[in-house]
This record gives sequence, structure tokens and C-alpha cells, in this order.
Amino acid sequence: MANDAPTPLERFLRGILPENPVYRQLLGMCPTLAVTSGMREAMTMAGAVTFVLLCANVLISLIRGLLKPHLRILVFTLTIATFVTIADRFLSAFLPEMSHKLGPYVPLIIVNCIIICRCEVCASRQSIPAAAADAIGQSLGFALALASIATVREVLGSGSWFGVELVSESLWPRWGIMLLPPGAFLTLGVLLGGANWVSNRRSVRRPVATTEG
Amino acid sequence: MKNTYIGQAWLVLVLSLSFGAALAGVETWLRPTIEANKLAETIRRIPEIVPGSDAARSAEVEPLVVTTGTGRAASRHDVFRALDATGRQVGWVIQAGGKGFADRIELLIGLDAPAETITGLSILDQKETPGLGNRIEEIGDDDNKGFLWQFAHHYPQADRPLIVTTASPDMSRSDAANRILALSGATISSRSVCTIINEALSGELISALRSSVSTAESRHGE
Repeated sequence: MANDAPTPLERFLRGILPENPVYRQLLGMCPTLAVTSGMREAMTMAGAVTFVLLCANVLISLIRGLLKPHLRILVFTLTIATFVTIADRFLSAFLPEMSHKLGPYVPLIIVNCIIICRCEVCASRQSIPAAAADAIGQSLGFALALASIATVREVLGSGSWFGVELVSESLWPRWGIMLLPPGAFLTLGVLLGGANWVSNRRSVRRPVATTEG
Repeated sequence: MKNTYIGQAWLVLVLSLSFGAALAGVETWLRPTIEANKLAETIRRIPEIVPGSDAARSAEVEPLVVTTGTGRAASRHDVFRALDATGRQVGWVIQAGGKGFADRIELLIGLDAPAETITGLSILDQKETPGLGNRIEEIGDDDNKGFLWQFAHHYPQADRPLIVTTASPDMSRSDAANRILALSGATISSRSVCTIINEALSGELISALRSSVSTAESRHGE
């Protein structure tokens, strides 16, 4: 392993904002758009992704010395699918209503690019602490992204947050479109534009920035 | 050894076996809870699909287990008696399932007390394509009829199964009542629902329910 590889702390911090999976890497768009009509659904999805990403990263890091280059994607997929199935059955058993609401989006975590990307970029190359820190950082970044989009959509669309009514309908007429797919695209577009604007301003102030390929 | 198939793939084989064993363990641990959730959800939905029934009273009676078919084609159905608040049977609820487009579809079929008419349907579990196949859950109302609305008041007949059409059925045809209009873009999911209903309401199951009703009536008469 090259000595210039990021430390576990760097891996953790990068995943939250500088390499945020949604706003900076544009990965995991399917759940980002589909399950952000409410905070409960969004946080359940974030929890499921955290479990799968952490378990997959740790396991892949553990067996990284045994991986053959041409079989690595197969091993990643097999590992991810196993943990997704466990998450899916766990939700069916203990959060049946949420499992029904999320429907096919939980099994679809198998094809979530964030997870396979982290297995390839970090877990298959670095130690277990770095892989675990990377998984937690990326999961936090993903959860923050889902929370920001879900907050905008739920507050504007339902006048509530986590199902708790914030403003009565007489004071705030509901923007029904925010709960529909166009609302998801609009919110993502506006927040993504905001994230790019902040990023550009920061790079103007600090012209020399280090990035990892 | 290094270049043989086993030498190349031993890690995949070991992982597959380990993951398989782990999933079997998880399934063994969680299945009773999942089944209990499903049972509670079925009981909760009984009043929705059999009008006039009471969930709490219906939950007091053990479901009837009916096995149809023989050998490998045999399938087991849990049939719930839908009771009203006084304890009188007003219908039946059949748990049925089968292959959908993406995954297994499980549904509840409500029948009236003589098992002659479908009173309602409800999708218990499905993972069909969002926005297309998952619209099989839509019931709707008089003004805005959903997919499941088409099945209400259908008379199950073993010799006249439900047929899925992609164009509005011609009401002048004698079999118009047996034709179900598929959801646009989700013909396979629509067909799956009809196949599940056709198989569940096969002559064997309906006969078992009707004979159960007639036995109960004759006992009541005595």
C-alpha cells in the first residue's frame, strides 16, 4: 500500500463534505430522488446503506489480500447482496410499515454505486480501520444529503418534519409537487447548485487544493 | 493449482457457502417475526376487503388451511373467516401469492360468505417497478377507479378464468366480465395478479369453502 494513502481520519472527514457521495460524486441518485419525500423514509434508507456499506467495506478490507483482480467485482457484488438481504429481512421483521413504504428500494441498494465505489476505491486497498472510517464518513455524507433533500420536500410538501406537523395547512398551503418526482428533481437541482457554488467559492479562496484520484 | 478453476474461484466458493449459511441463519431467526407481522396486517385489512366484517372478531378464529393440487403442484392457502361484530360469518379472506415481474406478489382475496363473489382485493406485499407495476396496489373509488377496482363483484368460476387485456374490454362480449384491463406499462404485473387469483380461486379451493359453508348451515339447521 502506498504510504500517501489517506489516513482513517482523512477518509472519515472526506466522506462527509469534500467527497460527499451525493453532492460531490453524484452517486446513489436513485434512492436520493425516490425516498426523500419524508425524513422517516430517508433516514431508514440512510441507516440501511450505513449497515451495508460498513459491513461490506470491513469484510472486503479483511480479505483484500486474497482478491483476484478479475474476480473482485463479483466478490463485491456477492458481499453487498448478502448484507442488503440481511437489511431487507431486518426491516421486514422490525419495521414492516417502513419496509412496505420503501418497497423495492431496499433490495436496490445492491446496485447503489456508492457502496461498490467505496469497496473499489478504499476497502480493497486499505486497512480495516481506514475502510470502516471511510464507510462511516461516506454514510454520514449520504445521510446528510438525504436529510437536506427530505427536509426541504417534507416541510414544503407536507408542512411537517419526521411526521410532526410544523405549520398548519391554513397558514402554509402544501406544495403537493414537492412530494412528487418533480419535487425531488427540483430540490436536488437547487441544493446541488448551492453545493457547487459553495465549493467554487472555497476553491477561489484556497487555490491550492489536494484531491485524491 | 493456481490456474485451475478451483484455484481461481475458491474465494468466491467459500464466500458463497458462508453467506448462504449466514442468510439461512438470519432467515431462521427472523421468519417467525415476519410471518407474525404478515398475519397482523392480514387481520387489520379484513374489514377493508370484506365489508361489514370486524377485525378483532375475525382474529379470534383460527384460519382454515386448504391445500390444493397434488405433488409438486400442491399449494397451501390460509383462509380467514371474516366475522362481523356479532360473530356471524360475512365472508372469507384468502392469502395467495405468486411470481410477479420483479419479485413475489402476495395478495388477499376477499369473498362473500357463500364464496360466490369477490368483495375486494388487497396487495399484502410486492416489489414491482415503482410508478408502473407497483400501481397494482391502487384500489381507487367510484370516480377514479384503480386497478384492483376491476376485480370487485367478480364471480369466480373455474371454467372462466380472468383474462388480461391491453385494450378496454368490449362490454358486448359474453366474457367481458372476466376481462381485466392491464396497467399501461405493467402488463406482466397485471397478468401476475390475475394468474394468482385464477390459481387461488381454482375449483378445488372454492369447493372446499362452499362445502364448509354448507356443512355449517346444515349443522345450524339441526
